[in-house]
Amino acid sequence: MTVSQIFDSMDYGPAPESAAEALAWLVDGGSAFGHFIDGSFTRPGKGFETRNPATGAVLARVTQATQADVDAAVKAARAAQPKWAGLPGHQRAQKLYALARLVQKHARLFAVLETLDNGKPIRESRDIDVPLVARHFYYHAGMAQLMEEELPDREPLGVCGQIIPWNFPLLMLAWKVAPAIAMGNTVVLKPAEYTSLTALLFGQICQEAGLPAGVVNIVTGDGAVGEMIVGHPDIDKIAFTGSTSVGRKIREATAGSGKALTLELGGKSPYIVFDDADLDSAVEGLVDAIWFNQGQVCCAGSRLLVQEGVAERFYGKLKRRMDGLRIGDPLDKCIDIGAVVDPVQLETITRMVEEGGAEGEVHRSAAPLPEGCYYPPTLITGLHPAARLMQEEIFGPVLVATTFRTPAEAVALANNTRYGLAATLWTENVNLALDVAPKLAAGVVWVNATNLFDAAAGFGGVRESGFGREGGWEGLRAYTRARGKAKALKPVLPAAAPDKPQVEGMDRTAKLYIGGKQARPDGGYSRAVWSPRGKLLGHVGLANRKDIRNAVEAAQAAKGWARTTGHLRAQILYYIAENLSARAGEFAGRIAAMTGQGGKTAEAEVAASVSRLFTYAAWADKYDGAAKGVPLRGIALAMHEPVGVIGAFCPDEAPLLGLVSVIAPAVAMGNRVVAVASGAWPLAATDFYQVLETSDLPGGVVNILTGSATELAPHLAGHMDVDAVWSFSSTDLSGVIERESAGNLKRTWVNNGRARDWMQPDAGAFLAASTEVKTIWVPYGE
Amino acid sequence: MPSDAPAANRSHLPLVQGVPEGLTRNPGMPLDLDWVASVQANTSAIERRAASLPGRRSVKKEYQAAWLLKAVTLIDLTTLSGDDTPGRVRRLCAKAVHPVRQDILDALGMRPITTAAVCVYHEMVPTAVAALEGTGVPVAAVSTGFPAGLSPLPLRIAEIGESVKAGASEIDIVISRRHVLTGNWQALYDETRAMREACGEAHMKTILATGELQTLRNVARASLVCMMAGADFIKTSTGKEPVNATLPVSLVMIRAIRDYQARTGIKVGYKPAGGISKAKDVLTYLAMMKDELGDRWLQPDLFRFGASSLLGDIERQLEHFVTGRYSSASRHPMS
Repeated sequence: MTVSQIFDSMDYGPAPESAAEALAWLVDGGSAFGHFIDGSFTRPGKGFETRNPATGAVLARVTQATQADVDAAVKAARAAQPKWAGLPGHQRAQKLYALARLVQKHARLFAVLETLDNGKPIRESRDIDVPLVARHFYYHAGMAQLMEEELPDREPLGVCGQIIPWNFPLLMLAWKVAPAIAMGNTVVLKPAEYTSLTALLFGQICQEAGLPAGVVNIVTGDGAVGEMIVGHPDIDKIAFTGSTSVGRKIREATAGSGKALTLELGGKSPYIVFDDADLDSAVEGLVDAIWFNQGQVCCAGSRLLVQEGVAERFYGKLKRRMDGLRIGDPLDKCIDIGAVVDPVQLETITRMVEEGGAEGEVHRSAAPLPEGCYYPPTLITGLHPAARLMQEEIFGPVLVATTFRTPAEAVALANNTRYGLAATLWTENVNLALDVAPKLAAGVVWVNATNLFDAAAGFGGVRESGFGREGGWEGLRAYTRARGKAKALKPVLPAAAPDKPQVEGMDRTAKLYIGGKQARPDGGYSRAVWSPRGKLLGHVGLANRKDIRNAVEAAQAAKGWARTTGHLRAQILYYIAENLSARAGEFAGRIAAMTGQGGKTAEAEVAASVSRLFTYAAWADKYDGAAKGVPLRGIALAMHEPVGVIGAFCPDEAPLLGLVSVIAPAVAMGNRVVAVASGAWPLAATDFYQVLETSDLPGGVVNILTGSATELAPHLAGHMDVDAVWSFSSTDLSGVIERESAGNLKRTWVNNGRARDWMQPDAGAFLAASTEVKTIWVPYGE
Repeated sequence: MPSDAPAANRSHLPLVQGVPEGLTRNPGMPLDLDWVASVQANTSAIERRAASLPGRRSVKKEYQAAWLLKAVTLIDLTTLSGDDTPGRVRRLCAKAVHPVRQDILDALGMRPITTAAVCVYHEMVPTAVAALEGTGVPVAAVSTGFPAGLSPLPLRIAEIGESVKAGASEIDIVISRRHVLTGNWQALYDETRAMREACGEAHMKTILATGELQTLRNVARASLVCMMAGADFIKTSTGKEPVNATLPVSLVMIRAIRDYQARTGIKVGYKPAGGISKAKDVLTYLAMMKDELGDRWLQPDLFRFGASSLLGDIERQLEHFVTGRYSSASRHPMS
């Protein structure tokens, strides 16, 4: 076109970013890459081609790691770890700082290479991904610097296996690598097979930064390599970002292995528009929510919920905006929507919309669609919550929409999902915003904005969107553990029935405690509890799966507890302590009789239990969240929210203190508990429900079951309406609990057969396990 | 709106080549206070959108040259100084008629272009009208007690009539900021309506002085009220406020224009003024108009830049495109 013609048409023209430097880098690398192991690159081996999804052109060959490669990487990481962790934090900080600076120095090369390999628009890789990568290393350089001072009781986990997805290849690398190495871990990272190139370039800057060999190792390949990492016996922790189905498999595969695990998985995040919102800005927000990175974003606002009165107007504005989006060459600086990562993904999106779109009205962007691996921005309105596309993650530029009438209905619709990663809400009413945000089942909530990320603000999900946080102080928990080695836990067995039973006094019936009421066990079975000297102490019911069902229902029904104030919960915990204290002698006698311990030991356990209740009464109104210093005008609130319903297998060895230590922090933070009492010595727990009954604790907040932990564990861990399961049982339940938890990806905290000193509160661990950090972003300004 | 609308409502501006659709003049509408009250503008979200705009759109090479030429045709070439003289204004008018060096136009294969208008104080209107006779370049007069708008209302209304009588075909009025700041929308509407009537056939650009309205919500509401009162254009600034045209303010105003069109079918023009001095900035503005309002708003009957030093930067960029060498201001005739 001539200048004069363009003057008349005022069209956009091509504005390509040059790929020359990035292509030259590939050629310099021989267009074939090995792994980055122990500080150097291995020779390229058998592997596969990595392509530019926009053109289908082959960019380079990447090596498929063998078991020997993975072993070599783990070995290098293991060898490097003690020395790396032993460095002063300042030394590690310097290396992370160098990595941050090098990312900035090579910013354009990283951005262009990312766009070539992934298909995302150059604007996004240049203006969003790469700056966030640099920010993440800067931030965690600071964490390395501060670790000794601020986290004196924490130590690194060791060798971390990290498996990352193809949608934000370099950014996910940064989110995984930076906190891990800042805390003194070493890593073996596997990028996605579609998008390995920026990780390999990162290997090169690790060399330029003078990072000690073995601290960062990168192996490439497909899911089989991921499985090798997950199954590797010498890896201490697995961190995975990807699909919920693969996350579930990893949970099952690592069950009982003792490996730490964090998962950042899929989502179907709600995007709520109230009728008083700035509708134009909310439309623009959607562009950043679902048409960012072609919708291939785990936290994409993919489920639009609009208040009915403004829905038609909003849809009209949205369609107009969609039609103006520009789809095409990702390297073009004037493109909004780039290529879908791979033809396989394109096929999946196409099929899902073809199969499910007919349930609603489909609007496709009128913008011209180039040939190739592209999918048009799509809006599907009029879908009902039951529609498949309303429930399932599409992972493409497809927005599904429905309407709501009231804020309460908006919350109900928003939470009507198995996922819980992110949520967005738009309203100009601060009361409404701050009322709704905490009610949304999500790890991140954006108010009048969307897809804001920062290293200081925790990111991660609830429900089947995974567990663990990335970013902020809370993110460091995923890469550290309490210092010190725990001893092996010896099984505690109930006293066997004596040959000559001694039976005295009146018969007393200990029942289960469900929903604030004493309940007979569903199965109708009981077992006798004997003292070591052969005295009959009483009978306890043997709970079965139906009792678990009833207890969980009661716990769910008590959800109002989560909304009570910390002050109220503190008062009730103090009152429980008061009532327990009043019966201290009786409880000590009971413990002594069951355990055969001396009276002093039993008295000490009761005293510690009273103190423990005070500890968590104290914390109930003090476990504060934080306001994060994120780089925008606004606040990112890190709020501590209760996890929900926690199933807990209490320790056998401290029948009262163990129970109290588990229940009190959970209750203090607003959770409801289904506790399975000490298997050997259950009567302290059944006595304790009488204390609860007299202490104003609402029914259903604490439920106590007695019976076989082995029998109950799979049912409690497998229950889909339980949010977390803990086990401190001396029966080894860790494997079965972790495996069964995969069903709804509930949080687990298991002892892996290790003992704990119950005389120590270790409140930090219990409070953290009793809460989820929800990050609420509230940009402001008038 | 049908093209056979009453003559008084039809634009007097020459139809622009390549744009088949005529423009129906904004007749205004009764003040709708419910609509005004319902307007929202989320500052933080608007700022984010504005900040990301330059990164989202890029126009290069011959496209950039063409877009910059388009920008030249959208400029209200302006002088609003206390020391303006007839000689200075005649020089400005000459520049308006020949804004870009002929050899550059030739190299670009471009037909002759002019700026959209010349914008002066009332006293300079006759000089400008005479200087521009036969060129097709209209004269715009700032009016109504520009820039503060605090002289007596009858005088402000009368001033419009004087300028129209003197030959100005466009009147850039200033609104009473105090009516916005006190939420007296009725007063703002009545006053602006009266000014529109005083303009008669001349087109009215209402200057909101957005820098003095402080909040984007105020800007959005004032934009709407001015359009209801019959503004042909809404304009950001006098150029005399501490903060003039900005991208966030522009987004708010053009979204108001879009809503007004959605409700009434009427297209109202937009004029950012003050502070736009770089060629790079006008590319962003053009992209914003194109994306938010559509190509129709890239013509001088619906889009103007109020600027004095912008043209010089565009000329240098155009020469750079033609020669491949960075240019110097001294190589381009001054106004």
